[in-house]
Amino acid sequence: MASPGAKKQKADERAKYQRLAASIVPKPPLVRNMVVAFVVGGLICTVGQGVINAFMSRGMTQDEATAPTLATMILIGSVLTGLSAYHHIGEFAGAGAAIPITGFANTIVAAAMDFKREGYILGMGAKMFIIAGPVLVYGILSGVLVALIRWLYRG
Amino acid sequence: MDYLVAFLVGGTICAIGQVLLDTSKLSPPHMLVAFVVAGAILSGLGVYDKLVDFAGAGALIPVSGFGHSIARGSLMEAERLGVLGLFTGALEFTGLGITTAVFFGALIALVANPKP
Repeated sequence: MASPGAKKQKADERAKYQRLAASIVPKPPLVRNMVVAFVVGGLICTVGQGVINAFMSRGMTQDEATAPTLATMILIGSVLTGLSAYHHIGEFAGAGAAIPITGFANTIVAAAMDFKREGYILGMGAKMFIIAGPVLVYGILSGVLVALIRWLYRG
Repeated sequence: MDYLVAFLVGGTICAIGQVLLDTSKLSPPHMLVAFVVAGAILSGLGVYDKLVDFAGAGALIPVSGFGHSIARGSLMEAERLGVLGLFTGALEFTGLGITTAVFFGALIALVANPKP
């Protein structure tokens, strides 16, 4: 049975160790990460703007162009993932690659490729939404709730 | 001009996400969920529609735009069809993209392998 004193000493040592560890673990380079995420994320959105403009030049409104634009960007993200290129963009740009819809496609295709080794049904089929699933679940949950509230409020 | 605005606004949204990742304990999936929910809520407040009008793809392409598109489609169809529309409309703008991701994602994963 350890005495309260020994326990306290142990806790002190642990706190000391954590302070030491925190001082050694490198802090993320905040400014560099932010600038890279800004530039890469911005560039992906610029490509997206080009896609919207291409659909709108065929007479679509921005509303009508939204779905095909999202699908086109998802297709681009999927193909780049299949070519193992998106992985490098992600490592370089962090949120700049993860937040655009191409990153959403990347999480689906990369998971499908990775989990294929666990089988086609329970691996690839079940786990391709391992990251995109929560985004869909909470996106639909919050989106429908928000629409319900606004619809009731108006009606 | 619309390209520049899309770049600046889309870049800013991604930079905010990166700062969140670096300064909080959020993992990337948590951050993505936070953005999609934030997009839906801002859409309900009428803020995100204005951002889309202003920035186009700069607001639509980030995952927050995905949340906005779900809320907007749901509301649009609810106004047309009533309660049923709330549910049929949720994937009005995003269904094409989700089907594209599943269809081509599965096809690509069948033929491509992850690089070791």
